[in-house]
Formats: sequence, C-alpha cells, structure tokens
Amino acid sequence: MASNVYSFKPWNVGRWLIWSVFALVLVLAPMIWTSSLGLTMLSQIGIAIIACLSYNVLLGQGGMLSFGHAVYTGLGSFLAIHTLNFAAAGKFGIPVSLIPLVGGLAGFAFAALLGYVTTKKSGTTFAMITLGVGELVWSMSLMLPEFFGGEGGISSNRVIGKPVLGISFGPQVQVYYLIALYCFVATAAMFALTRTPMGRMLNAVRDNPERVEFIGYDTQQVRWRAFMISGFFAGIAGGLAALNFEIVTAEVVGASRSGAYLLFVFLGGATFFFGPIIGAVLMVIGIVLLSEWTKAWLFYLGLIFLFMVMYAPGGVASLIMMNLRVAAFGKLRRLWTAYLALGGAGATLLLGAAAVIEMVYHVQLNAALGPVMNFLGAPLNTASANTWFGALFVLATGAGMFELARRSFAHEWGEVQGEIEKEIKRREAL
Amino acid sequence: MSFAVELKDVRKSFGKTEIIRGASLSVKQGERVAIIGPNGAGKSTLFNLISGRFHASTGDILVNGKSILGRKPFEINRMGLARSFQVSNLFVRLSVFENIRCAVLWSKGYRYSFWRFLADAKDANDRTDEVLKMIKLDKRRDVLAMNLTYAEQRALEIGITIAGGADVILLDEPTAGMSRSETTRFVQLIREVTVGKTLLTVEHDMGVVFGLADRIAVLVYGEVIAFDTPEAVRANPRVQEAYLGSVLAEAQASGAHV
Repeated sequence: MASNVYSFKPWNVGRWLIWSVFALVLVLAPMIWTSSLGLTMLSQIGIAIIACLSYNVLLGQGGMLSFGHAVYTGLGSFLAIHTLNFAAAGKFGIPVSLIPLVGGLAGFAFAALLGYVTTKKSGTTFAMITLGVGELVWSMSLMLPEFFGGEGGISSNRVIGKPVLGISFGPQVQVYYLIALYCFVATAAMFALTRTPMGRMLNAVRDNPERVEFIGYDTQQVRWRAFMISGFFAGIAGGLAALNFEIVTAEVVGASRSGAYLLFVFLGGATFFFGPIIGAVLMVIGIVLLSEWTKAWLFYLGLIFLFMVMYAPGGVASLIMMNLRVAAFGKLRRLWTAYLALGGAGATLLLGAAAVIEMVYHVQLNAALGPVMNFLGAPLNTASANTWFGALFVLATGAGMFELARRSFAHEWGEVQGEIEKEIKRREAL
Repeated sequence: MSFAVELKDVRKSFGKTEIIRGASLSVKQGERVAIIGPNGAGKSTLFNLISGRFHASTGDILVNGKSILGRKPFEINRMGLARSFQVSNLFVRLSVFENIRCAVLWSKGYRYSFWRFLADAKDANDRTDEVLKMIKLDKRRDVLAMNLTYAEQRALEIGITIAGGADVILLDEPTAGMSRSETTRFVQLIREVTVGKTLLTVEHDMGVVFGLADRIAVLVYGEVIAFDTPEAVRANPRVQEAYLGSVLAEAQASGAHV
C-alpha cells in the first residue's frame, strides 16, 4: 500500500531549511511591516523570543516553574542601561552593539548568585523560592532609587559616539536588525543546548530527578547550571530592551512581568522548542495590540489562558504538532468540517462574550460619555435592556453551539487518533 | 582480601524505630549475593543505605574499600556502585536510547558539558548501542520509555543501572510483578549483563534466589542471621525457623526448582 512508504517527520524536513527560513523572516519582516507600529512590535517580538526561550530552558526543558524570571531580564536591563550611560559619559568605552552582552553577563551573574539558593530545591519549593526572590528584588527596587531610578526609572540615549559604518542606532530599524541578529544567534545557541550532554541531563532531571542522582549526576548542579544559562540569555533580552526603549523602570523586575513570561510560554507550548517563539509573538500582540483595542485586554488574556489550560494544555505548539501528525496520516480532511463548526461556534461565543464584556466595561468606566458605545462599528445602547438581552442571547447561543461542536469534534478527533494508533501498531508489526 | 561491599555493624533508625540493628556483611568482589528475608526485615532500607539514599545512624559502609559515610548517591555512583529500583524509575518522556545514554554520559567524562554535541559523543553512543543490545531493546530504541510494556520497562531499568559500567550492581526485586516465563528469561539476562561484576539483589522469588546467588544473606528484623552458600542456608535451622521453612514449603508446593 502507498501509505506504507509515506512517512512524514516534520522535525526532519531539513534543519537548515527551517533555520534559513527563520533568518529570512527576521531579515524581511521590517520590509513587510513598514509602519512605525509594525517596527516597534517586531523589535519587541525579537526581544520577547529570547526572553521566552530562556524561560523555557527552565520550564520546558528543566521542569523548573519559576515565578521570578523577570528578575534576570530586568537586572540585565538595568546593568545595560547604566553601562550605556557610563559609555555616553565617556567613562567606559564599549560599542553600543555589545551593550546587550553586558545585560547577559549581569543576568548570568545574578542567576549564579540567586540561583545557587533557588536551585537547591526543586518542584513546589523551587517555585516558592523564585517567588520570594522576585519579591525581594522588587522591594530592593523601591529601596535603591539610585540604581533602579525610583518612579521615573533610568533613561538613556543609545546614540553615543560616532556612527560605525553609518550605523548610529538612532533609527529604529537599525536597532531592529541588532535585535534580529541577537535573536537568531541566541535561538540557535539555545537550540544547540538541547543537543548537548547538559541539555539532555536537564531533560532527565525534569523527568526523574531522583534517578539522576543514581547515575552519577548532581541534580542541583544540573539545575544551577541551567539556571545560569537561562539567566544569561534572559539578561541579553533585558539588555536589548534597554537599548530599544532607552528607558528602564522598576516594573521590568516585577511579578507581573514574570507572570507574563510564564503565561505566554505556556500558551505557546513549553513542551516543544519552538513553542516559546509562538508565545513571544502572542505576548507582544497581546500586550501591544490588544491593549490598544480594548481596555478589557487583561480579561481577554485571562479567558484565553483558561481555555488553553482546559482544552489544549500543551499550548499552540502542541496543537500544531498534533494536527501535523493527523495530516501526516492523511486524515486532516476528515476533520475540517468539525473544525469549521468549532470555528463558527467559537466566533459566535466570542462575539457574544465580547459584547457583554465591553458593555460592562463601558458602564463601569465610560458611563460619563453616555449610554451608547461603539462595538465593532455597531452602536450599542447599554441603557437598554434589549441590548443586554441580545448580547446575552448571542453569548448563550454561542456557548451552546460551541459545546455541541466541541463534543462532536472530540468524538471525531478520538476516532482519528484511534485509527492512527492502530496504523502505527500495524507498521511496527511489519 | 578486598571486599566490594562491606557493612560494619550498621544501624538505622527512623524516629524511635530501629529498622537495621547492627547488620554486618562482607561481599567479595565478583560475588553474587541475594538478600532475602520476610517483609519488613529491612532489605530495601539496607539497599537505600548502601546506595546513599539514606544515611546510616551508626556503623560504617565501605564500597570498594572506601567509606561512603556522608556521601551523596551520585558520589557513591561515581565510586562504581549502581542500583535499580523496585518500581521502575525511568525518564518517562525520553526515548529508550536517551534513557540509556543519560546513564552512560558521566562514566564517559561528559559531565555537564554544553559545548559538545551528543551526536559527536561517539564513545557514549557506541556504549549506549551496546547496552541496548545486551538488554534486547535495540529494536525499541526510539520508543518513549512511558510507552514500553512492563517487562521492557524492567529491562530498561536494569539497562540504566549497568550502563555506567559500575562494578557493584544492586538490583532491588528485579523480577517483581513478572510472569514465570518472563522471570526465567530475565534471570538469564541479569546473569549476562552482570558477568564479572559484584551483584547484590533483593528478591522474593526463591527460584530466582537459588538460581542466581553464590551466597545468600538472610535478613530478619534488621539483623543478618545467616550468610552462606544456598545449600548451607537451606540447611540452617535458624533460617528454617525464622523465615525460610514456610517459604520453601510454599515454593516446593508450587513446583518451583529450589
């Protein structure tokens, strides 16, 4: 049979091809999204990719749930911006393009110091200690305004000295390409890490720390070293952010930033190497775009997170990989009607929910502007019971439809998976 | 005469309960020793003491002539002692090959290296393939450990234990939960992979014990009441009285060759 010889391994399609495409995307992106907002977002995505990947060295590869990753990106930012200011004052000669490395070394040093304590424990205790360290650094930021800049933060100017080869890092696009370069190298380095003895033992520690102790490895050492590597790349991301924004405020070491890393790495998918890259893109879109569109953006993020944890705990990356598997066995076509139903019902549910959420926010925050608000181009009167009834009706219908569609999808999906399992068994038996 | 494992009046208490009460045992190099005893005699505790999972309250334990007091499990492993677990203790989200390779890496000097690729670690990869052949899982090398059958998981457990090349091997109930035919094959496997090594095993299956061991240590209530050849142990009246009589009768009744 033809299906016997048909094999599809997405992780084998030619690694060089994937990396070339990645490089090409980084190079071409600012030529496609040429607006100033586009460039701003691309720069932030590049930084977020490094930060999220560095977080996943801990979470996905080492099984370390850190609640304080912003400590290392943030301290990297502060050290970087102080170095930049020193350089600008002529006290310290360092090219601007190497400032992110200063951030990286700072992240590394703090991870070595704080991580030595943190990584003594694993599991829940580890998570609690990272939370404590995060709060500690956050409170330090209030106590040491000389270093953290107090309320106003530390600002700087990245254009120092004479331009080298016409590059002054004044225009945003030049900063973007610096970020893109760091992003590519850091991503490649962190991928390479997963192919080394250190990277593999980190996976082993994640799966079964107890057994690792009995095959000659000190789990604390493995965790501590991974923590330092993670801190180094986190610091690079922080240093790039300092260059990008030319201002660093205390909130970059705060708990909400740490929470964002955790949330979006999870959303992107911690079990696959490329998951955090998706998470990083979602993070910037979520924080920059969504917050432009609606005041309720955090509420939506919470909802998305909730749905993801309930229905796809492996994140977007696992959704992609599971569907690739179905496609590899030529069964994706069978699912597309179910997907269509799921999509239609989901859109209805979202529309109803969004209308209700927006109306609640309007009543709470913008009541002074009158009862009529604009929702996707349509005027909604929040004072009229009919509007509420309509919105709730759409919401309820959407929810009902979604549940029905979800059940039929789950059924169909289960059948397809069963067939694939059988097919795999059959091939093994050959 | 140097001993592979030497216990000198070892005691271990948990709270007020003394589990190991002055156990002494000297295992010669290259010897196969089975530790038997009724439930709660402290067999697993003894293994946990020798492998460094617990620390002895008093007394001394020597591995290859060196004291392991106060040492951590990974340090004892580096001294040439490896152990398996009663409940399979694998890296479930890694493939069979990766499971074994993880156990090989330290012994080949790769330590915590993040500047060398695993693909280039030829000595470690060759050793891994060799071990996979020994435990007969070479055809299953890319399967995740969590997807193995029970017997395969037990074999992988042994594979991880021997992969690092330790010369003292501790097997904690290696055949637990296996069928009779699987057990017979498995004993043969254990024999093959531990050639030339010192073997200590805790085992409930008397067929396995008498088939495998050069000497048998009988542990009752935290004390070694007998340590001798299988024949002598079987004839020992104290052992008969304390433990073996009932078990032997049972085993003979069920037709096992003892």
